[in-house]
Amino acid sequence: MTTYRKPVSNTWWLESKPYFFFVIREFTSLFVAGYCLFLLVFIAKAGDSQEAYATLILSLKSPISMVLHLISFTFILYHAITWFNLTPKIMVLHLGEERIPNALIAGAVYLSWGVVSLIISWLILGG
Amino acid sequence: MSESFELEIFRYCPEQDTEPFFKSYEVPFREDWVVLDAINYIKDEIDGTLSYRWSCRMGVCGSCGMMVNGEPKLTCSAFLKDYPSRKIRVEPLQGFPVERDLIFEMDDFMNKLTEVKPYLLRKEGEEKPLEEGEYLQSPAELAHYKQYTLCINCMLCYAACPIYALDSSFVGPAAIALAQRYNLDSRDQGRNQRQEVIASHEGIWECTFVGECSVVCPKDVDPAAAIQRAKVSSTLDWFKEMMIPRSKGK
Amino acid sequence: MSKSNEPVLWLLFSAGGMISAMVFPMLLIITGVILPFELAGEVTFERIHNAVKNPVVKLVLFFVIALPFFHWAHRFRFTLIDIGLKPISFLISLLCYGGAITGTIVAAFILWRI
Repeated sequence: MTTYRKPVSNTWWLESKPYFFFVIREFTSLFVAGYCLFLLVFIAKAGDSQEAYATLILSLKSPISMVLHLISFTFILYHAITWFNLTPKIMVLHLGEERIPNALIAGAVYLSWGVVSLIISWLILGG
Repeated sequence: MSESFELEIFRYCPEQDTEPFFKSYEVPFREDWVVLDAINYIKDEIDGTLSYRWSCRMGVCGSCGMMVNGEPKLTCSAFLKDYPSRKIRVEPLQGFPVERDLIFEMDDFMNKLTEVKPYLLRKEGEEKPLEEGEYLQSPAELAHYKQYTLCINCMLCYAACPIYALDSSFVGPAAIALAQRYNLDSRDQGRNQRQEVIASHEGIWECTFVGECSVVCPKDVDPAAAIQRAKVSSTLDWFKEMMIPRSKGK
Repeated sequence: MSKSNEPVLWLLFSAGGMISAMVFPMLLIITGVILPFELAGEVTFERIHNAVKNPVVKLVLFFVIALPFFHWAHRFRFTLIDIGLKPISFLISLLCYGGAITGTIVAAFILWRI
């Protein structure tokens, strides 16, 4: 008996909104890696001389740096939000018969994110 | 003046054609009709050659799954009135070989259901004889796996999963959720036996958490969560086995 | 037994994902806007310089950079496979995890040298 198999194209992810945003979410990893490379440059310059560090800070004022930062921020923010929203699915906790609501777990994760962000800025920028 | 509703339906008659085609039908529009009602009307009044599966018509048997405008749906639960354009495209569930019209081959799915050993397994020597009565379970213990018992095997999750569409060797959402239903059941001791299928490359590790399976599930089984949780427990297992080679978890 | 060794890679992916999600947004604001435009007053070179030379900070920075590299490697590998590159999946794994390992080594090197 001949069955029919509908061919799946490599652009399957362009065919529906959920699929499209899924691939966008996965592509945020490129910007994560990109920022890692930037951080290495930043650390190398910061550990070098005052001139090297100052040159770097100056270049961070350039339009290119601002655009790259903005684009990276958008994608990495999307990564963070989708990551935190999915955490309750992985962390399923029960209290007796009741399941701890997803919103509570997500809330706790977002709160941690706020606290961590504050600690980072306090550590780097000073009190 | 009564409205009409158009259905563009995927047809495939292997004894006559080598290629599938779409055929349009016009049915009366009724406020309370679902897509299945329209398809039954076509079969009864317009074209008796149309072939499809259905049974309970109330969302519990899982037979009538089809793609409606590219989305996997139970056609007994998709109301015509929710499509204001008064036109829909109906196709067989994505990801499966089509036998005829809207009927697809389910063999792969059925095999996978049996592969995950969907029954209570006890360790050697720990089976209770019948005279000792049943295995007791508290409501709290039931709550741990109850959600995963609700699957009606409708396969909408497989149709929604792009990974399964690309590679049908993927064990898939419903089968893994079914395995979790037993793994999380306090009366079961067989998690290790299921790991060979679940923790394989074609099992949980092929899933990239697209999450559409859970979105389309008509019973809120949330197979995506079942798979991610299995990733966590399998990772813990992996480390336990590395540290203590002879120690195997439940 | 076809039990996979993916768990390690998945753990690295998860750790890197959580770290990048928690830490990178704030860092982006700091390096993108706050430091260049001095929005938090003057943050001296000495402060930053001494911070990155601190061994505890170096250890933290190592993980903050290395783990997200592995997050990228694992996620990008699957994405490339899903958009049609399955036939060269072995090559993709090599390039992705190789890239992450390289990035990790470079990070260790830089942190060691400063």
